[in-house]
Amino acid sequence: MSAPAPSMFTPAAKAMAEKLGLKMGRTNLDEFAATLEELAKANPNIVAVTSDSRGSGKLASYGKALPKQIVEVGIAEQNLVGITAGLAACGKKSFGVSPGSFLTARSLEQIKNDVCYSDVPAVLIGISSGTSYGALGTTHHSLHDLAVLRAINNVTVLVPADNYETREAIRFAARATKPVFVRFGKSAMFHLHQPETIFEVGKAIMLREGNDVAFIATGETVVHALLAAGQLAERGLNCRVLSMHSIKPLDTEAILKAGRECRAVVTVEEHMVNGGLGEACAAALLQGGVGKPFRIVGIPDEETVPGAQADIFRHYGISMEGLSETASALL
Amino acid sequence: MTDKELQLKSFALRRAMLNLIVGAGAGHTGGGLSCLDILNVLYNRVLNVSPQTFTSPARDRYVQSKGHCVEALYAVLADRGFFPASDLDTVCHYQSHYVGHPTRHIHGIEMNTGALGHGLPICIGMALAGKMDSAKYRVFTLLGDGELAEGSNWEAGLAAAHYKLDNLVAILDHNSLQITGHTRDVMSNEPLDEKWSAFGWAVRTVNGHDYAALTKALTDPPEPGKPTFIIANTTKGKGVSFMENVTKWHHGVPSEPELKQALAELDAAEAKLKEAK
Repeated sequence: MSAPAPSMFTPAAKAMAEKLGLKMGRTNLDEFAATLEELAKANPNIVAVTSDSRGSGKLASYGKALPKQIVEVGIAEQNLVGITAGLAACGKKSFGVSPGSFLTARSLEQIKNDVCYSDVPAVLIGISSGTSYGALGTTHHSLHDLAVLRAINNVTVLVPADNYETREAIRFAARATKPVFVRFGKSAMFHLHQPETIFEVGKAIMLREGNDVAFIATGETVVHALLAAGQLAERGLNCRVLSMHSIKPLDTEAILKAGRECRAVVTVEEHMVNGGLGEACAAALLQGGVGKPFRIVGIPDEETVPGAQADIFRHYGISMEGLSETASALL
Repeated sequence: MTDKELQLKSFALRRAMLNLIVGAGAGHTGGGLSCLDILNVLYNRVLNVSPQTFTSPARDRYVQSKGHCVEALYAVLADRGFFPASDLDTVCHYQSHYVGHPTRHIHGIEMNTGALGHGLPICIGMALAGKMDSAKYRVFTLLGDGELAEGSNWEAGLAAAHYKLDNLVAILDHNSLQITGHTRDVMSNEPLDEKWSAFGWAVRTVNGHDYAALTKALTDPPEPGKPTFIIANTTKGKGVSFMENVTKWHHGVPSEPELKQALAELDAAEAKLKEAK
């Protein structure tokens, strides 16, 4: 007997999504794979490198269409990153694609030295990141990746919230002349942006304006912050929602503006509370002389509760209801 | 350049290496001396690279996986004109890019290395890129025998054979000593020839201080479809009597009297070779 697949959204959250006019898109993983294939068909210099991960990376179609532009290294993540770096050093636009959990732990030293320190234009793609593997347990979670990469010089770290941000992040990475890391999950995502939205690395995207509570969220938690803002609006609170897709470089200006203009700040991330977006925002606010009520919502420093990604999100308050409650309590 | 001329050059290179280590107050003396002849042959006979062609996509690539022996590489690169020899006076000094491991800040260095077990995977990426582009360049890396305990080498060993990278050459500086002692006591790794053969590599074993043998091993055509693994049997501390096969010289820095004695020994050996027919 298999457990029923839990929904990421309660009926009330689904109703709020509908009220806000949000339409469901595909997974960021699918968006990544389609974007990379499109780019690689136009640029024969693009090479994907996989560690027995072309299936989980949704790159089977890419591999079939472009067999000369994919390198399989087997289950060997250290080798994956070293080879990705070597390809980049010889002029290839290489994308190392592997689950975020293994990519940023097993091969962290290769990321630090072969890619970042050697300064080659390699791209590293952390698939099924955060708690995407849910009930498979902590071995398969990457709740440390943002913290460790924040502590390494010379890498751009992008965490897209929806299909649009994913597409733009991959396009940016394909053009980049410096190391780039992108991480996302494998759940279907709501479209969050208007057609006129501009994605710029290092610049947060304002999804909703407001001066009561500012939600500064990243990646696949952003939608929950947006839904919470919708719910809080019904209670008379105007909340700001920022999609902080760029963890490095960080949009300190947008963080300080939010801190100065809003009554409280709540950060949201699918990451351990140590060393991630929340602490980065706290440092920015404190060093900018801004002291406002502040909460970091993420995974606490404990063995992560067993369950599917949706269970984990709800358990730790990464949900419309949880974030509404956290924000309200700050005022 | 004849074998004898190259050998004579090796004395100057050893002197330069020892002097820069003393100036730096740090360095990997024993391993530098063990791999110096290999680097001398590589840069003066084998590698299709020069200061002028270092940015050419067609150049041969050399990645020093045993990055801690960068002092030998610095001495060889300076001699080849990649940078002024006077730069060697700044090794490990404040704000000098000549740090204790290779970095791309230095003209002639391909990749930043120093943490062990990184060079071979990087070289596989470089060799794959060469195959993809139908380029003629070859890719070389230098490994230490203690370094082989790093598992990433064996991941790379599989991949290089899988992709039939006959444009890749891994050279093992097989001096049999590492920082703690004899490699067989720290973590036994023999039989290396059989292991790398079993992984699908073409293995060549040579005396790592024999210029003719090194040249042949490094220039003979590769076995088609196979990467080449050269086991270069070397002596740690080669050329200085009191450093040879002595573990403490792994990263020992000579005192002034020790330096004086070492340089005198090298001068004497050089003079003897010059006189030899």
